[in-house]
Amino acid sequence: MSEAFLGYYAYAATVLLLLLGLFGMLMKRNLVKKLIAMNILQTAVILFYIIISTKWGSTIPILEHAAHGQEHAINPEHFANPLPHALMLTAIVVSVATTGVSLALLILIKRRFGTLEENEILERSSS
Amino acid sequence: MSPSLILYIPMTLLVGGLVVTICGTINRRLAYPVFWVFLAGSTIAALLGLQQVLRFGTLRYELGGWAPPIGIEYVLDPLSAFMAALITCVAVLVMIYAKKSAGDELPGRDTSFYGMSALLLAGLLGIVVTGDLFNLYVFLEIASLAAYALLATGEKRAPLAAFRYVLLGTVSASFYLIGIGLLYSRTGTLNMADMAAQMGGITSFRSVQLAAVFLVTAMGIKMALFPLHLWLPDAYTYAPSTVTGLIAPLMTKVGAYAMIRLLLFVLGPAFIRDDLGATAWIAWVSAAGILAGSIMAIAQKDLKRMLAYSSVSQVAYIGLGIGLGNVFGFIGAVLHILNHALMKACLFLVAGIIRYKHGAISIPQFAGLGRRMPLTMAAFTIAALSMVGLPPAAGFFSKWYLVLGGIESRQWIFVAVILVSSLLNAVYFFNVLEKIYLTRKDDGQEDQAGWDEAPVSMLIPTLILAVGILAAGLANAVIVEGILRKALPPGI
Repeated sequence: MSEAFLGYYAYAATVLLLLLGLFGMLMKRNLVKKLIAMNILQTAVILFYIIISTKWGSTIPILEHAAHGQEHAINPEHFANPLPHALMLTAIVVSVATTGVSLALLILIKRRFGTLEENEILERSSS
Repeated sequence: MSPSLILYIPMTLLVGGLVVTICGTINRRLAYPVFWVFLAGSTIAALLGLQQVLRFGTLRYELGGWAPPIGIEYVLDPLSAFMAALITCVAVLVMIYAKKSAGDELPGRDTSFYGMSALLLAGLLGIVVTGDLFNLYVFLEIASLAAYALLATGEKRAPLAAFRYVLLGTVSASFYLIGIGLLYSRTGTLNMADMAAQMGGITSFRSVQLAAVFLVTAMGIKMALFPLHLWLPDAYTYAPSTVTGLIAPLMTKVGAYAMIRLLLFVLGPAFIRDDLGATAWIAWVSAAGILAGSIMAIAQKDLKRMLAYSSVSQVAYIGLGIGLGNVFGFIGAVLHILNHALMKACLFLVAGIIRYKHGAISIPQFAGLGRRMPLTMAAFTIAALSMVGLPPAAGFFSKWYLVLGGIESRQWIFVAVILVSSLLNAVYFFNVLEKIYLTRKDDGQEDQAGWDEAPVSMLIPTLILAVGILAAGLANAVIVEGILRKALPPGI
């Protein structure tokens, strides 16, 4: 039971964050809250990649931290997989860019309609 | 010719996005000519690439000298060369048109328009030529971010429509990342060719099947496949018509390309079609989308909104071709990418011309336009007849291959759906044509107005596209035999 839990709880957390993000984007009426929910969704993806890069008893993939202190003991089994971390650096940059564009759009919407509540915007633009 | 040619296809415009913005900040008049230098560079590279690929076969380029699967690889095979040539050629025509219409619709903001367009095209070309799954994500985001910014420049509710597109686009990108993350954790590679080689042994794993679901959903949002199309109608309607003319023919088509690449080339037809049965789902959903999009289009009064819903329906044709999962279906889908890009570009350019000359966007206001703008309306008529599917216009032939595909897999319902939707297309396009040619203006004074044609720089690209539609129809055998037969995914 506990082993199954230890093996999967991180994935469960990812799924929870994913659903939380989707729920917020669908159900919240305030556009800033939708944006926050979008960021939660992106965080879930980053967490997912970090989880798949880890393994039991491994250390961070820097040579000085090799398991037995040997300078040239490069055994891949002793390290976490560094590639997903590198990929997620790119994904974080992308998510920052997306957030920036979204915030710029929100400023534009606020100036044009004077509100960030979606139903109020739809009312004002139809009248 | 060295394979580094592939690198120049997206990278010229990627650098261009930066240079255009800098030059435009120094002097606004520089932006347009500088943009053209870079667009011409990419176009020449793409056309040369197509010619090289057809003569010598697939080209591969290892980025930075790192051999795949460790390094990133750019691959130009017949399908991606075809797409790259299509994207650059449509972009060239739209950009000739953009000079006048962007000056009119986006006064004082043309520098950022050209900079963003360069980034958008670089992203789309990058998606097409990359052979690496994560690199595809990066280019997808470059293209999407540029598209968000371009779509938000419109009037009224444009920023809200763009914001909704940001939300859905991010869901799509996140689902794509989860999908390739699941595949990566099973195969340990991100290279498309390497992944495809390993697929045979791992298809029974749940995580791989889940990955397929995530990837289909992600690309379904990007290509606006019904019922994931909700971002599209508002975004296209409120954007400036130049922007719609650039994004509508290209963005959803590249989404469709990515879907074809992922499902039929990386995951492979054996897994997607035979093990998982995913293509059957895609085909049914697309059939529903063809009908729903056409019916929604009939209900619209605004021309751009009508064209946007018709896009939803036309993209679903491509989905149906993928979903049929046989040779004719594939040919029909890829041929429809070409045809629909030409037709939608032509139609949206005409919509832009009408707005530019008369400020009219609502169909009832179009009365008498046929007499006043005969050339523009001739282009519109050719594109509309092609959408309905009358030979020799191009639209007939892609539908013909889809019908053949439906007959081959004995799916009579899909054959019926294609025929019925052609009727529905006829309903909404003849509605517009009737207004243009047969209805007279009430006040009667318009009859003396006479010839009132669009400016030459807007008219010529529109006419070239209309001629292109006829040419693509007449030359369809050349395109199918010369390019598409060589582009067939293995094992289909």
